[in-house]
Amino acid sequence: MAGIHIAEVSKVYAGGVKAVNSVSIDITDGEFIVLVGPSGCGKSTLLRMVAGLETISGGQVKIADRVVNNVEPADRDIAMVFQNYALYPHMTVYNNLAYGLKNRGTSKAEIDARVTEAARMLEITQYLDRKPRALSGGQRQRVAMGRAIVRKPAAFLFDEPLSNLDAKLRVSMRGEIKRLQRRLGTTSIYVTHDQLEAMTLADRLVVLNGGRIEQIGRPLEVYHAPASTFVASFIGSPAMNLVKGELHGDKLAIGPAMVVLNGFAPTSGTVTVGVRAEDIRIARADEEALPFRLEYAEELGAQRLIHGTVGDQQITAAVSPEIELAPEMQIAFDASRLHFFSVDTGKRLPGNLPAEAKLAPIEPVV
Amino acid sequence: MDTKRTTFNNRLLPYLLLAPQLAITLVFFIWPAAQAVKSSFEREDPFGFSTVFVGFTHYQRLLADPNYLDSLWRTAVFAVSVTVLAMVLGLAFAAAVDRLARSAKFYTTLLVWPYAVAPVVAGVLWWFLFNTSTGLLPYFLERFGIRWDHDLNGTHAMILIIVAAAWKQISYNFLFFLAGLQSVPQSLIEAAAIDGSGPVKRFFTISLPLLSPTTFFLFIINVNYTMFDTFPIVDATTGGGPAQATTTLVYKVYQDGYVGLNLGSSSAQSVLLMLIVMLLTFVQFRFVERRVQY
Repeated sequence: MAGIHIAEVSKVYAGGVKAVNSVSIDITDGEFIVLVGPSGCGKSTLLRMVAGLETISGGQVKIADRVVNNVEPADRDIAMVFQNYALYPHMTVYNNLAYGLKNRGTSKAEIDARVTEAARMLEITQYLDRKPRALSGGQRQRVAMGRAIVRKPAAFLFDEPLSNLDAKLRVSMRGEIKRLQRRLGTTSIYVTHDQLEAMTLADRLVVLNGGRIEQIGRPLEVYHAPASTFVASFIGSPAMNLVKGELHGDKLAIGPAMVVLNGFAPTSGTVTVGVRAEDIRIARADEEALPFRLEYAEELGAQRLIHGTVGDQQITAAVSPEIELAPEMQIAFDASRLHFFSVDTGKRLPGNLPAEAKLAPIEPVV
Repeated sequence: MDTKRTTFNNRLLPYLLLAPQLAITLVFFIWPAAQAVKSSFEREDPFGFSTVFVGFTHYQRLLADPNYLDSLWRTAVFAVSVTVLAMVLGLAFAAAVDRLARSAKFYTTLLVWPYAVAPVVAGVLWWFLFNTSTGLLPYFLERFGIRWDHDLNGTHAMILIIVAAAWKQISYNFLFFLAGLQSVPQSLIEAAAIDGSGPVKRFFTISLPLLSPTTFFLFIINVNYTMFDTFPIVDATTGGGPAQATTTLVYKVYQDGYVGLNLGSSSAQSVLLMLIVMLLTFVQFRFVERRVQY
């Protein structure tokens, strides 16, 4: 068991492409960290640098307080689960699990005990004599997990382990990974491009974009107080609505409509305004409302997503399926649920922090 | 299983399309082979005026002939040595090039070149290198106290043709092994590296087992190559000598048939050679394939 400390780590490829740019993350013992971001954001590169499969161009990686920059992958005391599972096709499941232990000179009895234990935990005992090609995707995934578990490493590294599975299996394996990690208490770094996977698995998630960290935080923190427009649009489904707005004192103009902010305005001038689909509601008759022109609706069962425009800006709202649809509707939201971002940098503007307001009970919420 | 099938409206058309290839096979392979089988049962008088059917006489004589049995043994030594040498070196070069990142293409080109050299030229090349009076290699071997003379020493002559034949075949094996190594998924190698397996161990426990289909294929190809295609190399370097030390089966077929004009015996030898290769291929497919994993 051990913490992992990533300090100002960079990766520069030949030709000067910076894949990872001065990233620092402190991971405490037993923590489940998820690196999330779109493809090409450097998350896999970062993971592979921790694993020792890529050289580190700058900065320092420490596993259990030992600098491992120049340590071979085998000696870093980590185990990795690959996207394509990387099972040895010519070995039985048993030998796949035992391979790493054999290489380290573990005694036969010990190997047998560990493999049996891991197989029992993952419910693959009856497949131990099979070759990987005779297994289904889900079973292969379990074997890949088993190969990581038997080693009892200081850290698990997961490189998009569920992206080759079908949607249903992905959900159940997600639960299993979480359960196993809790039970074993092993520090884990998990890479995914799926924000839902990131939200559900992470103790803390790290949102990466273009090789830089956009935000580190607990899933709900990131969800409720995204640090930038990038995070706001990446985390959460449907993506947060981001519209252009004009602040006039305490009033916000979005297209043709004006909204009174009740003191929530962080600044003045042009801003990017963010509002989650579920924070939008159909306006009551007596309140200030924005005119919404409906384009189409998506039925999710419990919710209905309505897509349309306010002025010339795209808006998606999540409403109850009971609400009657009309070509022209009136929508509204609480000013406290708005997020403001700088138009130039995309960074969150301080002053209005609805998430903090909600997380801290002392702060009265309007 | 759905297989893609093309349906022809004209029943003759498919046969017509196959005809050129079939004609070539018929004229250049089936017909001569049939002729060989036929003449292996016949004896011709020295002037070619009459032929007599003699049954299995040629075969019986061959199998009792110490010269033929010697040649059989020499061919076995030759085939095994060339196959092992060419495959081991081909694999070694492939493994080396596979580890290169930038200069891999350059080395691949160099290593494939020998394959483009005609067998006779390859033979002559090595004959020059090993030439007793002017060759480079005997000069160096002299320093180790070896007096190289493939004109008189049968073992030296055998080594010469083994080296010349293997040299050409290394390129071929190298290409296949390299393609095989490069198709081993990178993540398997990485997983093995994390599993605590060093480069050498990874090669023997991961890459090599995954290469077994390639190895098996090359094994058959190499044995067939040494059995049939090495005639020009023998002819250009040692001419089967000294004292028939390098007269392999295929060279003996030529010597007895075209030089000695003993067509009956020569034909019987070709038939036997063909049977040996068929048997070997059968054995290889039957028993070796079972151990091919993956």
